[in-house]
Amino acid sequence: MTTVDITPETGKKPESPLNPRRRVYRPNAKYIPILATLALLVIMYSSAVANYENFGQPSVVVNLFRDNAVLLVVAVGMTFVILTGGIDLSVGAVISMTTTLTATLLQGGWPPLVVLVLVLVLGSLLGAGQGAVIHYFKVEPFIATLAGLFLARGIALFINQDSIPIRDGMWKAISEYRIPLADGVVTKPIAIIALVTVLIAAAVLAWTRFGRNVYAIGGNADSALLMGLPVGRTRIAVYTISGFCAALGGVLFSINSTSGWALQGSGLELDAIAACVIGGVLLTGGSGYVLGTLLGVLVTGLIQTIIIFQGDLNSAWTRIIVGVLLFAFIVMQRLVTRKVK
Amino acid sequence: MTSILKNRLFWPSAILVALLVVNMFTSNQFVTVRDGHLFGTLIDILRGSAPLVLVALGMTLVIATGGIDLSVGSVMAISGATACLLISDLGNQNDVGAVLLIILVAIAVSALMGLWNGALVAVIGIQPIIATLILMVAGRGIAQLITDGQIINVQSRPYATMATGFFLALPVAFLIATAAVVLITLLTRRTALGLLLESVGGSPTASRLAGIGARRITIMVYVVSGAFAGLAGLIYSANIKSADSIAAGNLIELDAILAVVIGGTALIGGRFSIAGTVIGAILIQTLSVTVVAVGVPSKATLLFKAVVVVALCLSQSPTFRQKVFGRFKSRPAVRAEVPA
Repeated sequence: MTTVDITPETGKKPESPLNPRRRVYRPNAKYIPILATLALLVIMYSSAVANYENFGQPSVVVNLFRDNAVLLVVAVGMTFVILTGGIDLSVGAVISMTTTLTATLLQGGWPPLVVLVLVLVLGSLLGAGQGAVIHYFKVEPFIATLAGLFLARGIALFINQDSIPIRDGMWKAISEYRIPLADGVVTKPIAIIALVTVLIAAAVLAWTRFGRNVYAIGGNADSALLMGLPVGRTRIAVYTISGFCAALGGVLFSINSTSGWALQGSGLELDAIAACVIGGVLLTGGSGYVLGTLLGVLVTGLIQTIIIFQGDLNSAWTRIIVGVLLFAFIVMQRLVTRKVK
Repeated sequence: MTSILKNRLFWPSAILVALLVVNMFTSNQFVTVRDGHLFGTLIDILRGSAPLVLVALGMTLVIATGGIDLSVGSVMAISGATACLLISDLGNQNDVGAVLLIILVAIAVSALMGLWNGALVAVIGIQPIIATLILMVAGRGIAQLITDGQIINVQSRPYATMATGFFLALPVAFLIATAAVVLITLLTRRTALGLLLESVGGSPTASRLAGIGARRITIMVYVVSGAFAGLAGLIYSANIKSADSIAAGNLIELDAILAVVIGGTALIGGRFSIAGTVIGAILIQTLSVTVVAVGVPSKATLLFKAVVVVALCLSQSPTFRQKVFGRFKSRPAVRAEVPA
């Protein structure tokens, strides 16, 4: 707001009539990708309700959150990284490391709460390490997190290559617990945890200084540095958040399947990136919302649900349709960003 | 001596040689002659690294222009699926002419995939990592559709020759990869093409203003990358005599990018080293073979890979070298550089 008052004083009065118009226009353009995703979601949902019996039941929507809880949590962490203009390829591997480690430690009789804290800290530390390498040694995020991928999956495979069952009481209790929402509609705790993660992340990005720093670095890291923003600290923090979210995703995975497996979560990093892109997060950084990522996850989840309801389409179509959607959204984003410039 | 040590290919080559020496002592047969052709661990490494060398070669050109191609694994799957589907429909699967034609068709399909990537990057102007992510996600689905979700087995001897055959005592797969390397080296280092690639990678706008067809060159590198990935996919599927749309080329894009980076090509584009990429690709393959040969369980391969990647990437980061090794230099020498 203050900038509006200062600009006329700098002696550029002829340009001032342009400013108000731009200010009105810009936010609209920013929201177009997210609104388009929302519109698509509504169209997909309503046409599915019209076409398939029982699709309109509330449990379909509720289960969408349950089935995609892991992807949602991981994609939220990825959103932070992408907003700064980076990328994190290690999240899928961190999930496999977390589930394997959790299952192995629980089998070894460790107290469940200690295990929970330990794996979450480990995931965060791995993320922080990647962030530090990226920031201090100027290694490309792509390569640094690729090394993280090899490391985390290597650790997972090294611990155990087979699927390990979890028989711990706490894990089983959470896994079997059902939260009644309405008549006959229940959900699992993991869906609630995922939703809470989304809300916390949205609040952090929208209302905290840290959130603004994330957007500033994504817009232009050099400018952010010259403005005196803590670029290094913020950048390491976003990779730490991504590592934490991936570890949390791994915990949710292990709760959902009550097992740990070193091949779990492979390829999930790309699903998470795709969800961010569909949700309108720009990969160049600096633009996008966590709620967009939520919509992106719901779109891919809804495609899967529709394919299950259809019955005669095989899983290959999920990949192809997600690819086509990715294409459509990226082209649209491209057109929108070009207009803003 | 210092000039050799400073060469960016020194450390990768040294590690490769060290790994080969380890293999020489651990394997019972490093190189011998059996049934009229060479045989042994070294030959296995050369044969096994052919797909990765091909993919990494295409990747080098793409990265030289400042791009990246994530779709190579999916293109491998599509190419193998196309070839195996067509071959399984043949009346006589051992018909050399027909198999050759099918191989060409599969490579043409792969080149078309590359054209799609190139068009997205150069014409529509999408970031390369995203443009190729589309085909990476959708491509495996397409491959699954081609094979109808099954694993198609083929019994074609000429097709299998691509991966397991020998010519002039050397593995055919190795010869194919070598031919590709020689071809690309000649094209980029004996013509102006390499210079143009580096120019586009340095700055597409500046090179367009300088009269270089930046758009055409960008599209071309993706087509080449697609075609080479297709060829690699053929070798992969010929090796297992079937099309596996899930496992073919799984995560190879990451190995290929790694090979390129180990070879000293910067991911920001503008400079590339084909020799470096070849060394990088063979190094990755040798590492996997060595870890098993030394008796470490194969499940630890990835851990070793991670250690090598971290070590090599850090050793190539100028900031890291300055921060870590700069301390060992005498103070006055550092200070003397400041005013200059």
